[in-house]
Amino acid sequence: MAMTITEKILARASGKKTVKAGELINAKIDVVMCHDVTTPAAISMLIEKGIDKVFDKNKIVVTPDHFQPAKDIKSAELHKRLDEWAKRQKIKHYYKIGKAGVCHALLPEQGHIRPGEVIVGGDSHTCTYGAFAAFSTGIGSTDLAASIATGELWFRVPESIKFILNGKLPHGVYSKDVILAVITRIGVDGALYKAMEFVGPALKDMSMEARMTITNMAIEAGAKNGVIGFDSVTKKYLAAHLKDKKAYKVFESDADAEYSSVEEFDCAKIEPMVAMPHLPSNAVPISKCKGMAMDQAYIGSCTNGRIEDLRIVAKIFKGKEVKIRTIIVPATPVIWKQADDEGLFDVFYKAGCVISAPTCGACLGGFMGILASGEKCISTTNRNFVGRMGSPKSEVYLASPATAAASAIEGKLTDPRRYI
Amino acid sequence: MSKAHVYKRDHINTDEIIPARYLNTDNEQELARHCMEDLDAGFVKKLNKGDVIVAGDDFGCGSSREHAVWAIRGAGVATVIARTFARIFYRNAIDCGFYLIESKDAIERIADGDEVQIDYDKGIIEDKTNGQRIEFRPLPDFALEIIKDGGLLEHIKKRKS
Ligand code: SF4
Repeated sequence: MAMTITEKILARASGKKTVKAGELINAKIDVVMCHDVTTPAAISMLIEKGIDKVFDKNKIVVTPDHFQPAKDIKSAELHKRLDEWAKRQKIKHYYKIGKAGVCHALLPEQGHIRPGEVIVGGDSHTCTYGAFAAFSTGIGSTDLAASIATGELWFRVPESIKFILNGKLPHGVYSKDVILAVITRIGVDGALYKAMEFVGPALKDMSMEARMTITNMAIEAGAKNGVIGFDSVTKKYLAAHLKDKKAYKVFESDADAEYSSVEEFDCAKIEPMVAMPHLPSNAVPISKCKGMAMDQAYIGSCTNGRIEDLRIVAKIFKGKEVKIRTIIVPATPVIWKQADDEGLFDVFYKAGCVISAPTCGACLGGFMGILASGEKCISTTNRNFVGRMGSPKSEVYLASPATAAASAIEGKLTDPRRYI
Repeated sequence: MSKAHVYKRDHINTDEIIPARYLNTDNEQELARHCMEDLDAGFVKKLNKGDVIVAGDDFGCGSSREHAVWAIRGAGVATVIARTFARIFYRNAIDCGFYLIESKDAIERIADGDEVQIDYDKGIIEDKTNGQRIEFRPLPDFALEIIKDGGLLEHIKKRKS
């Protein structure tokens, strides 16, 4: 029977030869990602139910990131609960402050993501890891507790939608613009419960970092997972990053696999996009919104806080000054160090930006860059819901790092192509 | 009898249900105080225990925070009736043993403030204010089993023993 890559990975994980969309399965989990917001609750549940154990201390990756370093007493208590548990359970991969980073940037960078595996995490953007030909999806605290204790979870095998990305991205247009265009076409629930499978020649030219920006936002179309097939780019990244070098299994969709629908995009025609408040699906080309005044630029997050993103921003900032508050948040300590070594911090400092420690920070309205009422922020993050980055009366505009950087320089929404 | 709090909107997201500024706790009663705060600041005040929320498509989209389900449950809401639910919210609710109702027409046929009575087994919502009967498909068996056991963790414990 012909299967999609998602079906094949789930078949392997559930010990079956084949599975079909719609089927309920019990899958074995290869990696469980834990952070400081959803995991402490899961730990408390396990203790309360008398099943305080971990299925495999080597397969759980822990990194506080949302309110890290602790922003107040309550979040410090969350960190303390997480820390005590990780130590008591002898979790092997526990990234403490100094090594901790934004989860979805950290796990691939530290080599925890392998093709063909099933990864779950207590965070909706866990779908990011699908860029590595893996099945990965976000779950809540109870599912997380179940995964931690048993290493298994029930799933309904999702139908897949195929997105064919044709053509070559024009200069100044990035994978962020592509995913904003995709979500705007299909809507924030356009892939509800489904798998978004990305294929096509435009992907060939994209780095793993750029690909992760695409799968990261699959949840913004309601998807269960986003997935991109394996190729030489994946292979090279894994060779440089994987912790465990043992062979991994590469699955690919059969040519005659079934899709609930197919969407084609000509990437050569995509412009830099900006998602207007208050939905990621409200994106318009920069030509239709340029000139709108902004109060803050935020560059960071699991979507676009990686080294490649910071390099793009530094290139635009070099020798210039920003007109609005600009906050730069390297997503992990390794990225932070790399940016420093490459002299990017010097550029940011001279441009008048503030550089933060790795954290989710203001991406979710946590801390370090909260918006006041009436303020507008151009942001490289993934969500612009009401109140997402602060006051319910503030507004978030989503864009690529290049568009955010160009807008920071002019203090208003700006086409980045003039600067690169 | 429960009162219906109708929000004629799609994509009511978890940031509106429980804003991230309150995620520094997982205490249900603390979260409940801020339930729906960024959508309707007066919600908790006007809510009586056992009332229901009625909404459009994609209810609970966004973050995976189960805090959204806890806030709603903690505030005393009996169930949420929506045209569709976002995936993680739906899963989280079942995992917590919290019943959700998917109904295509409830949002059209129930007005804000109507009194409703729900028969979960038969799949019927009766709107006592306008006399309408709205049928819905009860949750699938595997979900009912989890809810009956009192949530996913109890369900797992039971199955393993
Ligand atoms: S950076 Fe933002 S979107 Fe990513 S995990 Fe952190 S809070 Fe969530």
